[in-house]
Amino acid sequence: MTDFSVLTPLAGGALIGLAAGLLLLLHGRVAGISGILAGLLTPRSGEVAWRAAFAGGLLFGGLAVGALVPQAFAVDLVRSPFAIAAAGLLVGVGTRLGSGCTSGHGVCGIPRGSRRSLLATATFMTAGAATAAAVTHLAGGTL
Amino acid sequence: MIPLLSSFLAGLLFAIGLAVGGMTQPARVVGFLDVSGGAWDPSLGFVMAGAVASYGVALFFARRRERPVLAARFLLPTRQDLPPRLFVGAGLFGVGWAIAGFCPGPALAGAGAGVPQAWVFLPAMAAGMLLLQAWERRAVSRPSAPREEPRSGGRTPRTPQPGPPAPASTPATSTA
Repeated sequence: MTDFSVLTPLAGGALIGLAAGLLLLLHGRVAGISGILAGLLTPRSGEVAWRAAFAGGLLFGGLAVGALVPQAFAVDLVRSPFAIAAAGLLVGVGTRLGSGCTSGHGVCGIPRGSRRSLLATATFMTAGAATAAAVTHLAGGTL
Repeated sequence: MIPLLSSFLAGLLFAIGLAVGGMTQPARVVGFLDVSGGAWDPSLGFVMAGAVASYGVALFFARRRERPVLAARFLLPTRQDLPPRLFVGAGLFGVGWAIAGFCPGPALAGAGAGVPQAWVFLPAMAAGMLLLQAWERRAVSRPSAPREEPRSGGRTPRTPQPGPPAPASTPATSTA
């Protein structure tokens, strides 16, 4: 589980930034995945096709990589379906309330020098760290 | 057709980047967030650093352009305000992120790969988004409770300037 290699995650990150950069340079859009998905849930004219295509690319990318390298999608966490569903609900509400997630605030907002994105990223990292520590020490690492 | 194809390819590339970076494995995400654990996994930090650096290069080129290659204008967030909901929302997101080890991107890629947890997570996330939207709509319909933030706000079209071209490298202040 613990892999301290540096280059692989850096390369993965560079690909993510490149993908988000393509969306910016070609379409002038922020690659915020929570926002892209929210736009599909409440469709507005002219705002559906590019979002659906991007989300479809993510789905298909998962399908292709999962078929070639199944261990890339290993789930080694012990979590009940109830915990996963509760987490999904929190992420859904939280990303809309906070106007973004790891991609929109972290990857796209921070390089733009956005104060909102920097503070949002610091907040969700801190909340995540506190939660992860609580799960490890109070719940024994399982939920 | 080309705009749709390029959006699709950007999504595809995004998924590959997530997988290469190890971010499609929830245990590695939680392994980063849990700094109190015995074996800290720094991967997420390196992924973020790589993404911020390469997106920075794209931004550099974008700021030298009047408009994107395939669209009429750049649509980038311009808001600067720091309302409580930004922090409450980010906090709730962080809690959910650390519980499941999924944020929206990896959840979508995981769903494509047929990961059962992702298929539990995604509908719940969509429900959360719709729930908040319904709650906000209710708040709007009551005139006594003004909305804190307009839903459609925060994105201002950056139209080409007439006259001498405005220095395209300075919108750092306006597009933050």
